[in-house]
Amino acid sequence: MFKYDVKLAFKSMRRNPIMTALMVAAIAVGIGVSMTTLTVYYMMSSNPIPEKSDELFAVTLDSWSPLRPFDDDNPERAPHQLTYHDAERLLSFAEAKRQVAMFESSLIIEPVKAEDLPFEAFARVTSTDFFAMFDVPFIHGSGWDKTTDAAAEPVVVLGKQLNEKLFGGENSVGNWLTMEGTRFRVAGVIDSWEPTPRFYDPINGAFQEINEMFIPLSLTRVLELSSVGSDWGWKSEEITSFEQWLNSEAVWIQYFIELETAGGRGEYVAHLNAYVNEQKKLGRFERPLNNNIYNVEEWMDYHEVVANDAKVLVGLSFLFLVVCLLSTIALTLTKFIGKKAETSLRRALGASRQTIFKQQIVEVAVIGFSGGLIGLALVTLGLQGIEYLYDSPEGMVRFDWVMVLTALGIAIVSSMIAGLYPAWRVCNIPPATQLKTQ
Amino acid sequence: MLQMTQIQKIYRTELIETHALRELSVTVQEGEFVALTGSSGSGKTTFLNIAGLLESFEQGTYLLDGEDVSHLSDNERSAYRNHKIGFIFQSFNLIPDLNLFENIDVPLRYRRFPRADRKQRIEHALETVGLASRMKHLPAQLSGGQQQRVAIARAIAGEPRLMLADEPTGNLDTTMAQQVLELLEEIHAAGTTIVIVTHDQGLASRAQRNIQLVDGKVLEEESPHTQEEIPQAVMLNGGEPLAAQL
Repeated sequence: MFKYDVKLAFKSMRRNPIMTALMVAAIAVGIGVSMTTLTVYYMMSSNPIPEKSDELFAVTLDSWSPLRPFDDDNPERAPHQLTYHDAERLLSFAEAKRQVAMFESSLIIEPVKAEDLPFEAFARVTSTDFFAMFDVPFIHGSGWDKTTDAAAEPVVVLGKQLNEKLFGGENSVGNWLTMEGTRFRVAGVIDSWEPTPRFYDPINGAFQEINEMFIPLSLTRVLELSSVGSDWGWKSEEITSFEQWLNSEAVWIQYFIELETAGGRGEYVAHLNAYVNEQKKLGRFERPLNNNIYNVEEWMDYHEVVANDAKVLVGLSFLFLVVCLLSTIALTLTKFIGKKAETSLRRALGASRQTIFKQQIVEVAVIGFSGGLIGLALVTLGLQGIEYLYDSPEGMVRFDWVMVLTALGIAIVSSMIAGLYPAWRVCNIPPATQLKTQ
Repeated sequence: MLQMTQIQKIYRTELIETHALRELSVTVQEGEFVALTGSSGSGKTTFLNIAGLLESFEQGTYLLDGEDVSHLSDNERSAYRNHKIGFIFQSFNLIPDLNLFENIDVPLRYRRFPRADRKQRIEHALETVGLASRMKHLPAQLSGGQQQRVAIARAIAGEPRLMLADEPTGNLDTTMAQQVLELLEEIHAAGTTIVIVTHDQGLASRAQRNIQLVDGKVLEEESPHTQEEIPQAVMLNGGEPLAAQL
């Protein structure tokens, strides 16, 4: 009977095309608006590395001023970045399974081909474990090893796009690249890798593109690489050299660890506390012990990657969907009442109330499905508009199968809900009242 | 086949009560061809609606095929209609965007006949009414008489025990009415009990028995023909269907 009901639904839709179009349009617009905002929200709040988000932790140490907290609004919070020398020390302890210290820098790349011009590219300056820790996929080659890092060898891992730009997408491992007057050997080329949100650096933008290339942290001192990301300081210090900057109390290094299990969290915090207690003896870390580690989802919450505005917007857009559904209820009622003569005939010929009810609900479900399909097209347009308005990287706001199925599911279920009252009304019309007058 | 005893039906609004049937008692034997006549408002259609289990009633008993149907649930009444009763309406009541095959298929679908069985029944019913070659046509492509024959085909496809017809020739000209009437006589001759509601005395005179209603009561019963006087219709399974010859 389901196939029969679907067939009848399409016939009924064709019978009154304007009414059908209005119903489909109401659902499509409702779905288009609500799913656009929901998709953005879903993208913003999705777990970017679900397979190990409980084992990756951002590290914070409270090295801030003894006179006031780092964040007046959240005084319990320590600075979300470390000083360079604290990061270097923690790296040297290698207490976790893996650990990375990193920051964002920019370098001028000299042309590979004579006809090209020099250009600036953004690099993540990081330590060896970055690639293994964050499951970065490689097309060619690999990252660098600890020996290379320790020796401050100039190697570079290129992003896929930069490799295409410089080497036409070919395997460039072993090729050389000159940046800031230093020749870098290409160690690897990574494949498309777009963790969204960019969990390892929400401080400098959770929805920024990943870096175009990666170079060893040990080159910081050698090349005097400066950060193009955020840095904070609280202490008045005289800084006249790069070395003084590296040894200052300014916080500008992001630090992540990977633990064997989430259960190792307490032990690692104890390790941080031991380190800080040692530093206290040297006159640093004058605030009470306040060292923490945050797993990926906690880190996203910490930085309010999903702004409250986004939640409000999702709520408002679903209210709009409700308004569209109220319109659909009115249209459905009109449409169903318009065919009460046929319904009465079917009742006379043996259809039970349940059969009629089911037939009407299948019809609104088909209308909902049609509205959902058009709504998906509107969502695609909406997401492109958002990318354009917010100047997001192309493809950043994606509409995956989960959201496609969610959109269709919401369209079908909501239209079925909208059809409940009209279907109930029409199946309760006494059949005898309509048969004589048809 | 049909036995109504002391049936009372009252339509109520906020202001008035209308007594549509007043202690009506009617009996129709299996295989009979009965015509109910009466002027407008006499209760003919109300009788037919109750007989067809489309309406309930306040008082009395109604035995259909030997079973008391007074207290059936809505679902049971639907099933009864579907299995035992065929309806023919004055205005044909075909679904305009379903072709003839699909229109006749409607009650068979609800009866959950297998697909092949439905197809065979529909084709046979259309052959009986002489429209086998038009099964893919829409109702609007047929004349009024042809549409009523389709409605008859829909009514007989499920082989009902009782056929109820409400002014079946009311919207047809004389020639077409004659064709439909002869078709009903064929069906009756095949053993189906037929009850026709009409104010057409010509049509009523073709029935075995006439029941005249006035103000919701039986005024009189008469038999215009003895069984022998009824024109013999061509049997359904014998020779060319009569409608096809017309």
